[in-house]
Amino acid sequence: MSGLTLNERQTGIAILIAVIATGIVMAAAGASRADVLEVHGYIVALVGLALLWLVLPGYFAPLPKNDRTASYYDDPTRAGVILAMIWAVLAMMVGDWVAWLLAYPQMTFDFAWASFGRLRPVHTTGVIFGFGGNALIATSFHVMQRTSRARLPDQLSPWFVLLGYNLFCVLAISGYLMGITQSKEYAEPEWYADIWLVIVWVTYLVLYLRTLMRRKEPHIYVANWYYMAFILVVAMLHIVNNLAVPVSLAGAKSYSLFSGVQDAMVQWWYGHNAVAFFLTAGFLGMMYYFLPKRAERPIFSYRMSIIGFWGITFFYMWAGSHHLHYTALPQWVQTLGMTFSVMLLVPSWIAAANALLTLNGAWDRVRDDATLRFMMMAAVFYGLSTFEGSFMAIRAVNSLSHYTDWTIGHVHAGAMGWVALITFGSIYALVPWLWKRERMYSPALVEAHFWLALAGTLIYVFAMWNSGILQGLMWRTYNDSGMLTYSFIETMEAMHPYYVARAIGGLCFLTGAVIGCYNIWMTIKPSSLASSTGDEAPLPSQLQPAE
Amino acid sequence: MFGTHYRIERKSIALALAIILVASIGGLIEIAPLFTIDETVESDPGMRVYTPLELAGRNIYIREGCYACHSQMIRTLQDEVDRYGPYSLAVESQYDHPMLWGSKRTGPDLARVGGKYSDRWHTMHLNDPRKVVPQSIMPAYPWLDDTELRTRYLGDDLRALRLAGVPYTDEMIANAPADAVAQARPDDDVTGLLDRYGQKTNIRSFDGDSRTVSEMDALVAYLQILGKLSDAAHAGKPANKAAGS
Repeated sequence: MSGLTLNERQTGIAILIAVIATGIVMAAAGASRADVLEVHGYIVALVGLALLWLVLPGYFAPLPKNDRTASYYDDPTRAGVILAMIWAVLAMMVGDWVAWLLAYPQMTFDFAWASFGRLRPVHTTGVIFGFGGNALIATSFHVMQRTSRARLPDQLSPWFVLLGYNLFCVLAISGYLMGITQSKEYAEPEWYADIWLVIVWVTYLVLYLRTLMRRKEPHIYVANWYYMAFILVVAMLHIVNNLAVPVSLAGAKSYSLFSGVQDAMVQWWYGHNAVAFFLTAGFLGMMYYFLPKRAERPIFSYRMSIIGFWGITFFYMWAGSHHLHYTALPQWVQTLGMTFSVMLLVPSWIAAANALLTLNGAWDRVRDDATLRFMMMAAVFYGLSTFEGSFMAIRAVNSLSHYTDWTIGHVHAGAMGWVALITFGSIYALVPWLWKRERMYSPALVEAHFWLALAGTLIYVFAMWNSGILQGLMWRTYNDSGMLTYSFIETMEAMHPYYVARAIGGLCFLTGAVIGCYNIWMTIKPSSLASSTGDEAPLPSQLQPAE
Repeated sequence: MFGTHYRIERKSIALALAIILVASIGGLIEIAPLFTIDETVESDPGMRVYTPLELAGRNIYIREGCYACHSQMIRTLQDEVDRYGPYSLAVESQYDHPMLWGSKRTGPDLARVGGKYSDRWHTMHLNDPRKVVPQSIMPAYPWLDDTELRTRYLGDDLRALRLAGVPYTDEMIANAPADAVAQARPDDDVTGLLDRYGQKTNIRSFDGDSRTVSEMDALVAYLQILGKLSDAAHAGKPANKAAGS
């Protein structure tokens, strides 16, 4: 609160009161039909009340100094980093729990909320949107200020974006537990949560553009191209894929505007490009800033950055239909999707190569510094999983891999190996900068986290390759008399050892994240390693290597 | 090329517009024609809509996340046709808002599970899968049997679906709650229901208890209609040899 001007404090309180009022209206409307919307109304109102209770005491705090524009505004970034780590541990814990459930299904409670079908989207949403989204928002605030050499235009809208976004995540996850879902993968939240996300997201875009307009640099740095593509295209995907008709304004349920084959195509246009622009573009933005900064080397090639960026932006949008090979989707769309998926390998590898070549001259640091090694390994996994993705998009390969664990393994090679590793690396670089510490509390724990994360990812991916390819082959095995050799249940029984291995891999990865949380906590807790927090970083007159 | 870029990257709005333009092309070319090219979805005059009870069951299927482990899309591959039946046609999910094609088969495909097992099998299996299939890893759903189905607002569901393009009539909407109850209570007067949804509509107590209409009734009614809404996939093809399941 102390960073906000009087005007912003009043607006902020007004917004919170509006949120509480909306929550009460939702609760009352839901109650009139005995609909689960009622519970979500209470949650919205409670979140609003809790925030009001947190910020009200700060209303009479001294106003910020007028020279604040000479420094960066980093409080929302700090909060975002902490939120990202909390989501990481929660969501990975749920993920590992459901992984064990697949190996030992009786290990559950007789509650509806605890069954696999409801917990699975809690894991995916928690990891993608909770962990990934918060990390993207937090780092984008940091990166856009540094690369523009400009402070955020105001102090209120970054908080609105960050906290509003987290309210969306809370609504999403609490909804799944109660059975509120649209069933569209990675777009499960219902219509009212979707509308709220649009409001938050437009604010985010405006905030980003306003900061860029204030920049003191003539050029917009490549990291910002990616962050901007992430914000713009995710808005487009989100709005189109979530078009739906609510059953009632007093109920949570809605029906998708599209049906059947068109719905499938829209869904996977969304689904694949959520991977492209949320899990790839956004994190490439992160990589293009933090990797060169940490390596203290300039980006290897400006031209490769350009080709990689526009190639990814253009080609990805065609690739979604490879999720629907051999289905009732017209063949011409499948073929287009396959073709562009294969071509997509070129810009993807250009981006990965640009990152790895940037490390030339700094490989001794990669050896000594686990933080930089996180980023290097992320670029390697990015290259590997984009290759695997293009390969699996080929129709003949897809006939084997689709519907099996191979897909799950591929997704996790990307999510754990690429997204999570680049995020952990960036956070380990960012935390000491933000909290004015010399370094992380324990470099040895960063090292331990690195090896746990790498081992966990490898165990996971190898387990899923084995189970996926094995099951795919068993499904299509015929005996000498021309009959299918295996019943479905036999192919499923064969998965058991791999499911146990996968859960162990996930446990390693989760343990690493918990260690990371401890390390970050010990770094930022007020008494450690001297020096104060209050001061904000001044705007430098010279650009840093990565800027 | 790089000179042009050198200029564009100095203007934030130009850059934003360029991103939107470049990113829109693929989606427009692949998605828009699906709504305009007639051959995208086969036509089948016999294709019927879900009854209110089946729709309520479908919503339970969505609520419990069944689609996370079961696909409803048989691909045009020999082993899938041998295992599950004729490959799926677009028309069969014409009224599915949203579609439930799925992306993962932790369990088997369900596109043609309708009529394959008895109601009793489904009820026992949903209550405790491992009683029926000892090796199964499916979660148990014992509360479905004990939970009474909410039918009161089903008319609103049908109305919303009509807005999205499903041909529900005013009569169907007005009678939705009563039709849902009637379908699971064979002793009630069911002539209206049969008139509205066709003589072949399954009418019986799906969970074996005809006193109340439970969520189990709805879910089993939905499972038993899967693959049965249209005969288009079976038309003009040799009868499928049933193979291992």
